[in-house]
Amino acid sequence: MRRALRLLALPALLFTVWYAASLGSENFYAPPLRTILAAFADTWTPERLRADVLPSLGRLTAGYALAAVLGVALGVAVGANRRLRAAAEPVLEFFRAVPPPVLVPVIMLFAGIGDGMKIIVIVSGCVWPVLLNTVEGVRAVDGVLSDTSRAYGVTGVARLRHLLLPAASPQIVAGLRQALSIAIILMVISEMVAASNGLGFTIVQFQRSFAIPEMWSGIILLGLLGFVLSELFRLAERFLLAWYHGLRDASRS
Amino acid sequence: MILRLSGLAGLLLLVEALPRLGLVADLPPTSRILTALADEAGTTAFWAAVGDTLTAWALGLVIAVAAGVTGGLVIGAVPALRAWTASTVEFLRPIPSVALIPLAVLLYGTSLGSTLLLVVYAAFWQVLVQVLYGVADVDPVADETARSFRFSPWARLRHVLWPTALPYVFTGIRLAAAVALVLAVTAELVIGAPGLGSVIAVAQSSGALPTMYALIVVTGLLGVAINIGARYAERRFLSWHQSVRAEMAL
Amino acid sequence: MLEVQDLRKVYRSDRREVEALRDLTFTVDAGELVCLVGPSGCGKTTLLRCIAGLLDPTGGAVRVDGREVAGPPPGMAVVFQEYGRSLFPWMTVRDNVELPLKQKKIPKARRATLVADSLAAVGLDGTQTAYPWQLSGGMQQRVAIARAVAYEPSILLMDEPFAAVDAQTRADLEDLVRELWQRLGVTILFVTHDIDEAVYLGQRVIMLSASPTVVQDQLTVDLPAARDQLHTRADPRFTAQRTRVYEQIQAAKGRTAAQPPAPLGS
Repeated sequence: MRRALRLLALPALLFTVWYAASLGSENFYAPPLRTILAAFADTWTPERLRADVLPSLGRLTAGYALAAVLGVALGVAVGANRRLRAAAEPVLEFFRAVPPPVLVPVIMLFAGIGDGMKIIVIVSGCVWPVLLNTVEGVRAVDGVLSDTSRAYGVTGVARLRHLLLPAASPQIVAGLRQALSIAIILMVISEMVAASNGLGFTIVQFQRSFAIPEMWSGIILLGLLGFVLSELFRLAERFLLAWYHGLRDASRS
Repeated sequence: MILRLSGLAGLLLLVEALPRLGLVADLPPTSRILTALADEAGTTAFWAAVGDTLTAWALGLVIAVAAGVTGGLVIGAVPALRAWTASTVEFLRPIPSVALIPLAVLLYGTSLGSTLLLVVYAAFWQVLVQVLYGVADVDPVADETARSFRFSPWARLRHVLWPTALPYVFTGIRLAAAVALVLAVTAELVIGAPGLGSVIAVAQSSGALPTMYALIVVTGLLGVAINIGARYAERRFLSWHQSVRAEMAL
Repeated sequence: MLEVQDLRKVYRSDRREVEALRDLTFTVDAGELVCLVGPSGCGKTTLLRCIAGLLDPTGGAVRVDGREVAGPPPGMAVVFQEYGRSLFPWMTVRDNVELPLKQKKIPKARRATLVADSLAAVGLDGTQTAYPWQLSGGMQQRVAIARAVAYEPSILLMDEPFAAVDAQTRADLEDLVRELWQRLGVTILFVTHDIDEAVYLGQRVIMLSASPTVVQDQLTVDLPAARDQLHTRADPRFTAQRTRVYEQIQAAKGRTAAQPPAPLGS
């Protein structure tokens, strides 16, 4: 009960303050929250969700999943090979440092402005943190554990499955978390720059046509989307890395 | 070292060869990108753009770090405050900063303010969250020792909380510095605020491909420089920090 | 049977060479329990890694049943000192013990029996679904021993397995090793830096010199096969042999400090 109160008190307070303070707002850019909420209900109808939110989520999922698979696969290959790692690392560091949104104009040249372009944009931005973290995780596999595996004949595919991937998983998950926020950014950006549907596109349309309450409702929807996705990620992580958190807590106490 | 350079050299050769062999249409060879880069480096407009980007980056980062550290220490030092704000932080943090683009355009148009809004919003959470982790990491024994010696709250902040949180503050700054550059360039690219991003957009729309690639390389180099600089600063400050702690332990 | 012949290992880096093992020759007969003891930093772990096929020697050879070791040989199990880092933290106790058996392609039903039996043998019934980090240090090392036992090795290598557990747990684990050895008839090579432990456990003790390592001396332990912590350690023969090993180890240390060692066998 107290916990629930603590969780909800401040958000409720902030909401009330915003609601009350904006009630009589004459400011064109900051309409009353009441108006925004009404616009939210009117704007994000099931048809709208299907037409604009679903395509966005589809691109996001496809791009993110592809980046994850690609990043982990390449990361394991590079991480397990010392020479390859030394040669590839400066190049990878450079690609990671390039702000991903500048790839949008480049990828538009190669892939046009369709769904393929947006998915490639997301992949090309998300793959680096996953890749570099996987490299780091695979490189740092404990020496004793690695010896143990060899001594007991855990080699080849079994080594990958039972040693390298689980040992690197905390790092991989950290990379995937970074990649998730990059993926959302790139989804929105690529839709803002060139698209005929999608969340980013719709929100910019509202802004350009000065439909301010609708624009605010779009910002809120994007915020909710970011929140929900990060909560989902947290749940998945708690399940996947239960052993890791347990191990850490055990070694701390 | 030779191996490390060979990777880069391989990439440059590949980018030179692919277009020359006609395998990729929309990619100019390395040599032309480098020529374009040299041309750009001779213009004042280019340096003005770099200056604009770095100004937005630095200004935004400073504001975000100041706000994040202050906020983090205040929230972290008061357990009740931490408990009551946790859900709000968890809700606001994952909101993608690009969602604020339309708002920034309406409020500030294509001026520096637009870029700053996005940079500060994105970088602030990185710092705040790290500082909160840092404060949570305070050794309870150290804190109880300080209290048993009747340290004032200020002295506890100064001698217990701050030294523990410092490594986390640096991690936060390092993460924030990288994110700030991404958002600075993004804002310029999408909104058209002055800086490298908008120059890239112009190069793209006018079909000046080598220039566009050259500018993208510049943003990447800036990113690498920022990462290296942040890591260097972190190492210098933290080694100082640890040596001081080791001395105190003696 | 395990033969180590003229074994030599030199670590090379860009700048310098470090000779860890100079010239080692000894054998361990089938079913024997031999302890290797030496001053700290004497290359015991290097030697063990060479025997386990985890490290290629610079010269000489290790042979198991007449076959030269190149890579981890089948039928050999290793228990490492760092139990916390040798168990897979993402696997339950059962999965940890079972994984090597899966690699040996042992059928499922047989695996279940082996896992249950070996865990029972080390006194760990009812921990199958726990994670290693939920157990105490001594229990974790028991899991590692159970894993080795379930593997049904003909040779068991133990690298200072009890260096990191407390004294009482250590005594229990020493007795466990003796008991398992007598029951299973396995060959055990037990590396330790603890002289008491070496004399208490072994049928034979091989003393190593300081690095670069050679065999300093050997001793066949003259104690009854049935040993226990109380009476064996109070036995005058135990103290006498313990003293002898101690003197040899001290001599080994003194020798390196005083003069560079002459190559053995010259």
